[in-house]
Amino acid sequence: MSVGERDNHSGHMTTGHEWNGIKELNTRVPRIVWACLIGSVIISVIMWVIWPTWPIWNTFTPGILKTDERAQLVQEIQQVAGKRSDIDQQIQAITYDGLIEKPELLSQVRSDAHLLFQDNCAACHGVQGKGEIGFPNLTDSAWLWERDEDVIMETLKVGINDQHPDTRTAEMLAFGREGMLERQAIKDVIAYVLKSGETPIDGKMDYGNAENGSLVFEENCASCHGEDAKGDTDIGAPNLIDNVWIYGGDTSSLFQTIWNGRKGHMPSWEGRLSETERKILTLYVMDLESANKGKSK
Amino acid sequence: MMAQLTSSERQNIIAIGLAILIGGFTLAILGRNDILGIHALLFVAAGGLAIIVGARNLYKPEPSEDRSQSYYDDPSKVGIFLALIWGIFGMFIGDWIAWLMAFPDMTFSEGWSSFGRLRPSHTTGVIFGFGGNALIATSFHVVQRTSRARLPSQVLPWFVLWGYNLFCLLGVTGYFMGITQSREYAEPEWYADIWLVIVWVSYFGLYIWTLARRKEPHIYVSNWYYMAFILVVAVLHIVNNLAVPLSWGSAKSYSLFSGVQDAMTQWWYGHNAVAFFLTAGFLGMMYYYLPKRAQRPIYSYRMSIISFWGITFFYMWAGSHHLHYTALPHWVQNLGMSFSVMLLVPSWASAGNALMTLNGAWHRVRDDAVLRFMMVAAIFYGLSTFEGSFMAIRPVNSLSHYTDWTVGHVHSGALGWVAMIVFGSFYALVPWLWKRKSMYSARLIEVHFWLALAGTVVYVFALWNAGIIQGLMWRTYNDGGTLAYSFMESVDAMRPYYVARGIGGLLFLTGTILCLYNVWMTTRMATETDTESVDQSVATLQPAE
Repeated sequence: MSVGERDNHSGHMTTGHEWNGIKELNTRVPRIVWACLIGSVIISVIMWVIWPTWPIWNTFTPGILKTDERAQLVQEIQQVAGKRSDIDQQIQAITYDGLIEKPELLSQVRSDAHLLFQDNCAACHGVQGKGEIGFPNLTDSAWLWERDEDVIMETLKVGINDQHPDTRTAEMLAFGREGMLERQAIKDVIAYVLKSGETPIDGKMDYGNAENGSLVFEENCASCHGEDAKGDTDIGAPNLIDNVWIYGGDTSSLFQTIWNGRKGHMPSWEGRLSETERKILTLYVMDLESANKGKSK
Repeated sequence: MMAQLTSSERQNIIAIGLAILIGGFTLAILGRNDILGIHALLFVAAGGLAIIVGARNLYKPEPSEDRSQSYYDDPSKVGIFLALIWGIFGMFIGDWIAWLMAFPDMTFSEGWSSFGRLRPSHTTGVIFGFGGNALIATSFHVVQRTSRARLPSQVLPWFVLWGYNLFCLLGVTGYFMGITQSREYAEPEWYADIWLVIVWVSYFGLYIWTLARRKEPHIYVSNWYYMAFILVVAVLHIVNNLAVPLSWGSAKSYSLFSGVQDAMTQWWYGHNAVAFFLTAGFLGMMYYYLPKRAQRPIYSYRMSIISFWGITFFYMWAGSHHLHYTALPHWVQNLGMSFSVMLLVPSWASAGNALMTLNGAWHRVRDDAVLRFMMVAAIFYGLSTFEGSFMAIRPVNSLSHYTDWTVGHVHSGALGWVAMIVFGSFYALVPWLWKRKSMYSARLIEVHFWLALAGTVVYVFALWNAGIIQGLMWRTYNDGGTLAYSFMESVDAMRPYYVARGIGGLLFLTGTILCLYNVWMTTRMATETDTESVDQSVATLQPAE
């Protein structure tokens, strides 16, 4: 039978077993280990007593504090809602011009809108609202639809080319693909538009015949974009001579636009954002342009 | 490798290969209209390979009769290499996707290289490929030494080792093709799961059989842990993977559980995979190689008992802490939290037992990087189990959950504890197994040690910072009661930490490559002629005292 031997370094006895040269000391478990073990069990038992923890058939021990996670959550939501209701009422009632008179409310709107914009709008319009190819820049002075609070509110509510029953619709027809314009006519009208506008033609002065283009424009484009090519904010037709381009102002992008048409999509936010949230975003978008103007001055 | 097998064992290998071949072929035919048809060809290839190896060696001379007087270590030798190769693969993928987090364009446009497929390839590669092979290799070595019994079969260990690697390969190749159950750490589909059950039950049988033939009166602590690892992983794997395939010819299956029960089953599995795969198995490893290398007796047999039963009992209850603040009932969350708190002391007792064992051998720790690997492993084991219990407390979890803190915590355990104890054990084991005087290069071990330690520290600190910043950004409100930061901003704030994480991972991966090189060069060194001078290398079954 195994006989323990003394370990010279520690002074403790071994258990007397040996496995492939490994021995074990029979050291007692240190008091601190017992104390911590018992302590952790006591902490656990306290948890069991005060909080819901153990299942009993088809229910569970409620704990003497009767904590209910769901009730806590409802309470927290109500607290925040109570805090918000006053601010929300103020925001609902105010116009942008009124808002800039109230710096406190303005900073509240800015910080609320910042989050709403980042989480909902930034994916298309960019973190700074400066847009992307195919998605309008919201910080400049060019507007497809009028820069007006009610108009912006409506766009946010119903979207553009969306499935909302009242959605705004706006479409650039596929003049080339649908056979309405020949290649040369498209080139001519591009030359005309670029010449009328402030956009330089990308190195191709002989791209098309601007004079011929003016006739093409009058017949095909003016009905939406206007005789002066300044667009029409009632129907979402962009201004073509302001050097602001959603899909690019170089000749090949323009050719694409006229040949294949364009139909941008802005989702309706009615089902996702509350009216107050949409109002906050409207004010924010107005503010973005103003802030931008301030900078450029 | 085949020289030790008798001709009837070689025939058995051919028979097993034939069975796998036929099974794989049947599956391939059934799944001919599905991706399963392609995947099942892996079984066909594996079976075919076994047949070829068996047939080519069928008429080789019989082994000598005295083989039963020595231990059977060939599967352990192969397992060590497999572990390191899987480790390098898994860590490479891991570091790749670490950089991908900071630079999202650093991948190819094909589906296989998307984050969602690379990530399970990383986890399967390191946990199952690297960790699993290391556990199989060392458990075969340890159970024979501590039982003074040779493995009772020469075919079964090979079946377990190669069968297990086939499972890992099925997993990883499946992910690349888009086959997954979407259960974390249990991604392989039903046919791979059934295959693992067969392999794992064989492993269990082999282990019990060896223990039953032991010539020592008592079962050593390492074997308790290895047994717990094998047994519980079998239970976890079977229960969590209960699923109904769409058809016998489809790779897709649906879990037997749904909703919150499904989530709870998955995290009961997930947490106990950490407990019994990544903890118990490696504690078994530590309990053998650490005292052997330190040449010191285990500090306290009684502490071993307390920690073993504490860990095995408490861990089983703690899984629900992965689902704090979810649809899981509040009481289940609280119960999991309380057991996680109680779990801390047995875990620390294990770490303490290991560190106290080094008393009287600290001069060796100073001089010997191999022992230092093991010591650092024990320290990181203590750190990460403390962190784990801490993060399981609901209010703490409300900050840490879903952040990179969790990822940092996992890696403090996986790199600091699991990988370190594997490296330490391998460096100790390789010269014993191959009967070399020492490793090829002690200096390379030293370099590896510092690379691994630096890599782990950089990684873990980066993600602690990242996680806490994320958690705080997600819960900071402005005066009006809305969140102060958008999710995008919290992602943007992570970039420096993600870059640091990538650097830490690269250091760690470099160390692992050095390890493989060092092990390979050691096996190519001349055999130590005077085996008696290698005190740890007991190649023959010696009588007890």
